[in-house]
Amino acid sequence: MDNSRRTFLKIAGIAAAGLTAAPAVTSLASSASPSKGGKVVRNPEALTAKHWGMVIDTRKLTTSADLEPIIEACHRIHNVPTFEDDLMMPQLPCRMAETESLKQSCEKVNEKIPKISSDKKRHEIKWIWEEEFHNLFPDQLNPYLTEHLEHLPFLTLCNHCANPSCVQACPTKATFQREDGIVLMDFHRCIGCRFCMAACPYGSRSFNFRDPRQGLKEINTAFPTRMKGVVEKCNFCAERLSKGQMPACVEASNGTILFGDLNDPESEVRKALKENYAVRRQPSLGTEPSVYYIL
Amino acid sequence: MLETALKGSKRYWSLLIVLGGLAGAGFLVYLQQFELGLGITGMSRDVTWGFYIAQFTFLVGVAAGGVMLVLPYYLHHYKVFSKITILGEFLAISAVSMCLMFIIVDLGQPMRAMNVILHPTPYSMLFWDMIVLNGYLFLNVVVGWAVLEAERNAVAPPKWIKPLIYLSVPWAFGIHTVTAYLYCGLPGRHFWLTAVLAPRFLASAFAAGPALIIIMALILRRFTSFDAGKEAIQGIARIVTYALIANVFFFACEVFVALYSQIPGHVHSLQYLFLGLHGHNALVPWMWTSLFLMLLAIALLIVPSLRQNETVLCFSCIILFVGIWIDKGLGMISGGFIPTPLHHVVDYIPTIPEIIISLGVYGAGFLILTVLYKIAISVKEEVSA
Ligand code: SF4
Ligand code: SF4
Repeated sequence: MDNSRRTFLKIAGIAAAGLTAAPAVTSLASSASPSKGGKVVRNPEALTAKHWGMVIDTRKLTTSADLEPIIEACHRIHNVPTFEDDLMMPQLPCRMAETESLKQSCEKVNEKIPKISSDKKRHEIKWIWEEEFHNLFPDQLNPYLTEHLEHLPFLTLCNHCANPSCVQACPTKATFQREDGIVLMDFHRCIGCRFCMAACPYGSRSFNFRDPRQGLKEINTAFPTRMKGVVEKCNFCAERLSKGQMPACVEASNGTILFGDLNDPESEVRKALKENYAVRRQPSLGTEPSVYYIL
Repeated sequence: MLETALKGSKRYWSLLIVLGGLAGAGFLVYLQQFELGLGITGMSRDVTWGFYIAQFTFLVGVAAGGVMLVLPYYLHHYKVFSKITILGEFLAISAVSMCLMFIIVDLGQPMRAMNVILHPTPYSMLFWDMIVLNGYLFLNVVVGWAVLEAERNAVAPPKWIKPLIYLSVPWAFGIHTVTAYLYCGLPGRHFWLTAVLAPRFLASAFAAGPALIIIMALILRRFTSFDAGKEAIQGIARIVTYALIANVFFFACEVFVALYSQIPGHVHSLQYLFLGLHGHNALVPWMWTSLFLMLLAIALLIVPSLRQNETVLCFSCIILFVGIWIDKGLGMISGGFIPTPLHHVVDYIPTIPEIIISLGVYGAGFLILTVLYKIAISVKEEVSA
């Protein structure tokens, strides 16, 4: 990735962080211009790692009810929409018809205009969601799966692969990987070709088939909303890390999801992986997922 | 030479009006899509490419197929093709134009299309596809135009055109190879993840493209003064026959690998396409039709006496074109997405607006083709007059 953009994103991140953390940083960030050699100052409280990773302890997340608040927390703070209605072709404005008969025929035409999507599910946006074992690990076709795994709900999210095929496929660098391993989306650069979605072998990405703002009841102003026609996915809460906070799902999980530096043998995640049997999704594909599941 | 496109018979103008109307209707519906987003298509979170990208893939093949005329003529000095190479070059222009239009209508944010150039990303296959497609368009415009201009002035084509012509031969292979690479380099998509995808794409291209040229040549002979010549048409017919056999053979290789190895990931997509999976069988009748049409076309084309009969030949070309269209324009893309990486089976059915927009692109493309063929024929008429 070109340096100036990375610098820019850093500054943008700091500017966002600065709003809540340190006003001094904000003023610095807004006056600093990367091209003029302005100094980039990291939020001193930002959490950093060589390579971020996540460990999900599925032994403690056994029911959908356990997963729900976690999913809710993520989707709420990230303005992930939920659509209540199908997308409709626009209707004729019959109110404006001048005579009654005109109005009636206008309404008749409206009835004929087809509902474009009978199934709003097709437009679903998901950052973190629930799937079953055999969906998550399709290669593990053990017909005699233990009773407990068979119906266990699994949290599913972008794996922030160390070798992400989505980044390789994106023709505009709208999907890019940071030095700390997090795979991010630049919503303003994405052209909506959906190449990354074909490339991701985990179904982790969503596309804004329609205006996402129509699916939002309340808006978290601390995080941007998106526009139609761009791809999005879990961002490992990069915006929270830069403010010194843990990801929202981790916070909402009561210690069942661990988050930390996979390159640091002393980190919580590494300790957990040392002591427990953990698996990753489809490791044979070589994408090197950074999300681990303790079974 | 452009002015020759402006003088034409009633029939020529009516054809232009019909095609223009189609393009216009497509454009109006496209405005709706622009406003509402790609949600008006049948695509979903799971099947994220649909009819548009499938048509794009198919048309890259049609464009690449034109090389099957250029190559024998320029590389092997096969003189009977002298009159019709221009048909191949102009078909390539219109097919590539349609490809580019299909890509544009498939973008979620078309206004940002230039980002591909502003932020070139050499490890993305889409970047290279853009380069090869535009390059091929450029090559064919320059070559086709220069050669036709020379013909009109009854002089030899300029010397500088030769290297471009030679370049256009590997380039034609390149466009379809890179287009196959868009798909076959993706992990987890078993249906596409096969080294034979690019050869298969090329084989189908070298059947479908020239088949369309045969159909066009027969139409032109019927309605205009242009006659490609029986020998030229038979020459193309032989190419079509070999290419079609190769196409079906490559497919058989795929089926063997999948079914004999019985590796589930490889079996499932084929199962979805030809037998249905978990009760989802939207494409099953289509795929069998496609296979049947291709086999029937082989049976008809392989017998010399039948192939030499131009009615049978025309019929064979039509059915094989339809067969390949179904294979690439419907099955190829869906088969890669279904079942999904999470092993859900989600059907994809194009919506009416999606189909109208696609027809609109075809309308615009054939409009370009008609105008180009009109110019080519007018020049040939002038020369022989
Ligand atoms: S899970 Fe998919 S979207 Fe996430 S980094 Fe890996 S390839 Fe990319
Ligand atoms: S849809 Fe956006 S993020 Fe995905 S590959 Fe295309 S430009 Fe990149």
